[in-house]
Amino acid sequence: MTGRPGMRGIVATDVCKSFGNNLVLDKVSLAVDEGTIFALLGPNGAGKTTIVRILSTLIQADSGDMRIAGHDVVTDPDGVRALIGVTGQFSAVDNLLTGTENLQLMADLRHLSPDAGRRRVAELLEQFDLTDAADNLLSTYSGGMRRRLDLAMTLVGQPRVIFLDEPTTGLDPRSRLTMWEIVRELAAAGVTILLTTQNLDEADQLAGRIAVLDQGRIVAEGTPEELKNRIPGGHVRLQFAGPDSLRQAAGLLPASTADNDRLVLKVPADGTVDSLRQLLDGLHQEGIAAERVSIHTSDLDDVFLAVTGSHVVHGLEAGGSDVESTQEGVAAR
Amino acid sequence: MSTLAYTVSDSRVMLRRNLKHQLRYPSMTLMLIGMPIVLLLLFVYVFGGQLGAGLGVHQGRGAYLDYVVPGLMLVTVAAAVQGTSIMVAMDMTGGIIDRFRTMAIARASVLTGHVLGSFIQTLAAMGILIGVAFALGFRSAGGALAWLAVLGLLALIAFAWIWLAVALGLAAKSVETASNTPMILFLLVFLSSGFVRTNTMPVGLRQFAEYQPFSPMVDTVRGLLTGAPVGDHAIVAIAWSIGIAIASYLWAIRLYNRRRAADPT
Repeated sequence: MTGRPGMRGIVATDVCKSFGNNLVLDKVSLAVDEGTIFALLGPNGAGKTTIVRILSTLIQADSGDMRIAGHDVVTDPDGVRALIGVTGQFSAVDNLLTGTENLQLMADLRHLSPDAGRRRVAELLEQFDLTDAADNLLSTYSGGMRRRLDLAMTLVGQPRVIFLDEPTTGLDPRSRLTMWEIVRELAAAGVTILLTTQNLDEADQLAGRIAVLDQGRIVAEGTPEELKNRIPGGHVRLQFAGPDSLRQAAGLLPASTADNDRLVLKVPADGTVDSLRQLLDGLHQEGIAAERVSIHTSDLDDVFLAVTGSHVVHGLEAGGSDVESTQEGVAAR
Repeated sequence: MSTLAYTVSDSRVMLRRNLKHQLRYPSMTLMLIGMPIVLLLLFVYVFGGQLGAGLGVHQGRGAYLDYVVPGLMLVTVAAAVQGTSIMVAMDMTGGIIDRFRTMAIARASVLTGHVLGSFIQTLAAMGILIGVAFALGFRSAGGALAWLAVLGLLALIAFAWIWLAVALGLAAKSVETASNTPMILFLLVFLSSGFVRTNTMPVGLRQFAEYQPFSPMVDTVRGLLTGAPVGDHAIVAIAWSIGIAIASYLWAIRLYNRRRAADPT
């Protein structure tokens, strides 16, 4: 019933959760194919950790249907627990034990035979480059080592579905790259991975699909490319010397948005040389002098800001001035 | 393996973890085992001369040693369970408990490991205390059967207070709180018949001392060890122990299960 190609590793439908009067998840639905990486992207407090805690059986949803590799999270939590591994934001390691003992603890609790347990422990120590520190107490481990051990502990039982809640937060760039490499290898080996992150680059680098979660709702979903295409062409940023020239330019370019404080005008553009030349020629003919010009191609940052609603919207949403959209952003909170 | 076999296996793994923690955290373990010994020396050699003078028929420091050892046995239990609260709170406030909860393991095994680990630690501390007491000249009029009854009763008492300590550790928001609340148990032993006769206390305090659980516990142990009649103290002590054990167990399980629903991070 599981393990067939095209099977869903994780399916969540209309998941709702409130803490008191605070609605944390509002009909969140997501589906992750087996052996793929799905990134849940969102600012602090968006509900990322809550959905992970619900799907990993730690807390119960108020409503909704959740299945992990076909097992219902509500009616068969132990069936789910036997299949999943969770590495949370806060290191779930035992500080009074050594690296080996931590892994051995997991092997014992996964009911591996003594031989199989020892083999698996040695294998993971090797894979995660922890062999040298294996017999040291965790108090001597660095942040990166603890995170690696944390993930290694999650992998002792060879889970089919893994939840990684902000796995690289607080890691140095080198440790982050190592972690990314490990995550990619896991997915290549057929493990389904749900990853939460605030880091757009991380989602872009790792995930086949991304959902943007904001204030408990999924506000955008798709492949990284699909999401980037939602902001066509990016924009040209013009810096002016004074408010007068800014006002003139804004009058000339109705699709643009002006930032009166910074004396900046953002003009939607497709990034071609012709369109840029046309824009600058137009300004020149009107005798409007721009001080600086920079070209901004769309990346996930734009998508993130555009769909999470707590930002100053640029030219995409034509007509909306900066002041108005800022107020909308505030009101939406 | 059957469910029961898993439960036993998981509990054994958790017990081993708990015992390892005790060894890796020696400052706490030694403090908890050493405190009753220090109090024994303090009460016998510093206060014992004077306190022993008020004992009536058999007087003096030696008589006070015999009198105070049952009290210190209860201090030993009270000290040991302080460690239980701390260890439980350390687990609950750390990240590892979430890992255990997302694994297909016997749910109760986390708590079982703490209870059994604390139980073993308490027995070890008790053994050391009794050894030191004998070395100082403590003598018991009770025979093998009386000693067996004493150990059985102390085991039951330890079991009850350990479960209360588990509940207190679960209820605590931080490890610091968890290390402070069980101090009340410590104080209760002093406010019982453990160190002085309750009839030497002022009226209000005396009534409190006579009706709180530690006094019948101490009196039963003292009666068995000195060969004096135990009376209904034993029944009261056993009833207290069973009541505390059941109430604390239910409280602890409720706290343990409720933690799942909370924590909105």
